Amino acid sequence: MDFIAIFSIFVLACFVGYFVVWSVTPALHTPLMSVTNAISSVIIVGALIASAAAGSASSKWLGLAAVVMASINIFGGFAVTARMLAMYKKKER
Amino acid sequence: MEFQSILSAATGGHGLAVNPWASVAYLVAGVLFILALRGLSSPATAQAGNRFGMAGMLIAVVTTLLTHAPATADGLLDTIGLVEILVAIGIGAVIGIVMARRIAMTAMPQLVAAFHSLVGLAAVAVAAAAYLNPQAFGIADAAGEIFTVSRIEMGLGIAIGAITFSGSVIAFLKLNGNMSGSPIMLPGRHIINLGTLAAIIGLVAYFTFDQSPWIFWTVTGLSFLIGFLLIIPIGGADMPVVVSMLNSYSGWAAAAMGFTLGNTAMIITGALVGSSGAILSYIMCRAMNRSFISVIAGGFGADAGPSDGGSKEQRPWKPGSAEDAAFLMSQADTVIIVPGYGMAVAQAQHALREMADQLKKEGVTVKYAIHPVAGRMPGHMNVLLAEANVPYDEVFELEDINGEFAQADVAFVIGANDVTNPSAKTDKTSPIYGMPVLDVEKAKTVLFVKRSMGGVGYAGVDNDVFYMDQTMMLLGDAKKMADDIVKALSGSGH
Repeated sequence: MDFIAIFSIFVLACFVGYFVVWSVTPALHTPLMSVTNAISSVIIVGALIASAAAGSASSKWLGLAAVVMASINIFGGFAVTARMLAMYKKKER
Repeated sequence: MEFQSILSAATGGHGLAVNPWASVAYLVAGVLFILALRGLSSPATAQAGNRFGMAGMLIAVVTTLLTHAPATADGLLDTIGLVEILVAIGIGAVIGIVMARRIAMTAMPQLVAAFHSLVGLAAVAVAAAAYLNPQAFGIADAAGEIFTVSRIEMGLGIAIGAITFSGSVIAFLKLNGNMSGSPIMLPGRHIINLGTLAAIIGLVAYFTFDQSPWIFWTVTGLSFLIGFLLIIPIGGADMPVVVSMLNSYSGWAAAAMGFTLGNTAMIITGALVGSSGAILSYIMCRAMNRSFISVIAGGFGADAGPSDGGSKEQRPWKPGSAEDAAFLMSQADTVIIVPGYGMAVAQAQHALREMADQLKKEGVTVKYAIHPVAGRMPGHMNVLLAEANVPYDEVFELEDINGEFAQADVAFVIGANDVTNPSAKTDKTSPIYGMPVLDVEKAKTVLFVKRSMGGVGYAGVDNDVFYMDQTMMLLGDAKKMADDIVKALSGSGH
């Protein structure tokens, strides 16, 4: 993809992010942080590419290290978010 | 040969060889991440949102594994390489899930800081891997010359990633109590910081002309240094802003890597997380009436702690007992509970909820009022109350409940201080002037649970509410006081 196409997606996504985040209820700001933390570990995509590529051993090991770190975040981030969200209960009537 | 050619169709030019179906899959993952955040607009839809996020991540990971499966020299699937990757994911999964299960809710800010540091370090590792093997990422020509645009993206990615990492490590150490929460001020730190920042920017610019390793690694090293220098002068009271800010940085780091790889899922996510952290930082700054610049400049909270001498004028105040408090509240129609972080430190949330249950049995309407900075990170107090089984529809934000104090019979303040201080509204000389506060002084009676009369809040300001006629000070440990009130309430019969 050329740079302008990617940049357009980025700018539009910033606007989407702005409006979506303002609509998050303040009561859920902590889960918001843990879930954004989990999804920012989509950086694992780059780590997987590096781990699978031939040609440089150091690059591969850096990639595998990044896969471990990003996986901690992905699993930990989603799990702790799920744990918190399960605690939010309505008044039983 | 067959395996690779089926799954990836090379397009050439800038960016990775992209299979059109892979692009669609990454876009779907990006959309699912947007839905994940959208779900958080209400606790009722939040769990579904979290599952959208998981689905998006699964799609992104599987797509990458399929299009970039490790291959042997003759183009067949490299099984050992694949197993290595799956083992790496497995190790991460076990560590992550164990951490998520074990963590105490009071320690959530530390966990989030630790997670941010991992995103930062992963971004650094990926950028370094791309630098060492640019052809594998499709960002270099046959001679190994990295494209100019990619050099800028990579330089920014590694700088932001490294700052996120070292900044989060310091934030973690401060939040976890391994490092003093009071600001550490280096002489001439503004000059050092600006100089380091200028050097990073200059070197990233120079990197576009010369891709020598020393430039790349110097940028990395300086960025680790600046992340460290930026966070050490920031005091404990400003940590909610710092954690939000680092959240934002981790997003921008992911976005920068997304540009390098031409990957829409990463770019959309980076933009979402970046805006999310920026908005949360803004909300936290507004809640403390602090400008973002002054938080970054640091130094707030320097006089925090029990350093308060006896120089203050002695004013009369009214002490009360748990029995007095129980009597007053059981006679009330409406009680508004104002919890602060001191309540969480004392682990009083369960006792507090029992107290509220007892009061509700006696027909009292109980509500909770939450100041945005009541916890150690945005929304932290809401999580702590939810953990203690407080229904979320009894918990209200500052702007939604502030008008109700005037009609309330009792405001029960437990472990909070600065966020109830009326001098923020009237006294222009007060360090917290302009900070939005909860109008507890408008309630008919104010019950203030506090450890002693000596200590003051983070800002080090005395609170006039302590000395008002309708205020009763309940001195003691927050948990013990709440327990004693529960006992007094159940003892009084119905």
